[in-house]
Amino acid sequence: MKKYQCNICGFIYDELLGDPAHGIEAGTRWEDIPESWSCPECGVNKTDFEMVEI
Amino acid sequence: MSQPIVIIGSGLAGYAVARELRRLTTDKAVVMVTADHGGFYSKPMLSNALSTGKTPESIINGDAEKMAAQLNITIYSHTRVEAVDTSNQSVELSNGERLSYSALVMAIGADQVRLPLQGSGVSKILTINDVDDYKHFRDVLVDKKRVAIIGAGLIGCEFANDLSATGYQVDVIDISPQPLGRLLPPEAGAYLQQKLEAVGVNFHFNMTVESVDQTDTMMQLRLTNGEKIETEIVLSSVGLTPRINLAKKAGLLVNRGIVVNQLLQTSDKNIFALGDCAEVEGKVLPFVMPITHAARALAATLAGKPTPVVYPAMPVLVKTPACPTVVAPPESGHAGEWRVESNGEGVKAVFQNNSGSLLGFALLGQATAMKNELATKLPPILN
Repeated sequence: MKKYQCNICGFIYDELLGDPAHGIEAGTRWEDIPESWSCPECGVNKTDFEMVEI
Repeated sequence: MSQPIVIIGSGLAGYAVARELRRLTTDKAVVMVTADHGGFYSKPMLSNALSTGKTPESIINGDAEKMAAQLNITIYSHTRVEAVDTSNQSVELSNGERLSYSALVMAIGADQVRLPLQGSGVSKILTINDVDDYKHFRDVLVDKKRVAIIGAGLIGCEFANDLSATGYQVDVIDISPQPLGRLLPPEAGAYLQQKLEAVGVNFHFNMTVESVDQTDTMMQLRLTNGEKIETEIVLSSVGLTPRINLAKKAGLLVNRGIVVNQLLQTSDKNIFALGDCAEVEGKVLPFVMPITHAARALAATLAGKPTPVVYPAMPVLVKTPACPTVVAPPESGHAGEWRVESNGEGVKAVFQNNSGSLLGFALLGQATAMKNELATKLPPILN
């Protein structure tokens, strides 16, 4: 499982945790998140994120 | 051919509008005019760049050239807009050129407030409002060990945590009795204070700085109680004031910020404003989330479909890793009271009116896990 970080606010999307509060189940891969999803902290689009190396 | 949409400013707000507009339409010409280099970067990242191992250079995602190509826009960097001629729908640039616009977007941000202080070191006081300021700060920081920060608000606390966590001796001075005085009830403030003190931050509360003097290699702050703080760098972070002069000069309606309606439209129908410079329906909200919402609505409007901006509740994350904190401050003027529950692991503070409706909250430590659950119960900020 990978982590992705928002380019704007630093929010980290962890595939392991998902974003259940916004309909993204734990374990959801980044590729499988709909394009309509946006950063829960600052609202930017999915395309404005980049992968974090961990 | 119709005149371009001209965006003044290349901060998050300016770029957010350009990006959202390009999602909707590829055939409208867009020109961005910016006083700085025009590179795209995330301003919120500046206040935790030391701990996250970022340099001013690595914070910039793309320079002006790359961004212009990516968004298919024209960028005038290191160029100021000197004046707006609303009757001819044109702007006068610092390079002498005149640009006509079909719509003008002011995304010009805010200035750091400067306190009137005495002393020989006042001109050496730093503020960090953009990546160039930050680069200067990092250059000055080399070989230094001690930093004093005036102001224990969001930015002050974030920088205090970042500097302290990376080995600097940090003093923070604030007139209020606690950190984040405008956002947290006292118990929550005390918790944050204790967590930041645990990573080494020295707070000086209920105090103002009387003077800042430069000695040989040091800076000396004298506080109202006579206390003296020896330090090497003084950073001021006492608040932001929207940049309204350009709008005012153009005869637009201004108040605290550039006054706009829910369409982000100023008193001139062809001129719009968003971000830290704008006062939307009476609200000045200098955070990222409102920019994102405003940019989407404005882009739709500029693309031909008038769309009022709607703000949901927008909790703000405070980047203090020593004490994870999320705040959704109640709107000023709303009657109600704080109810605070705390234990060693965190603080949950909710602000309710007398009928029990949730109007705001502050969550610290482990209580931040309740953010999403509580956020859905908050009233929208603008609908």
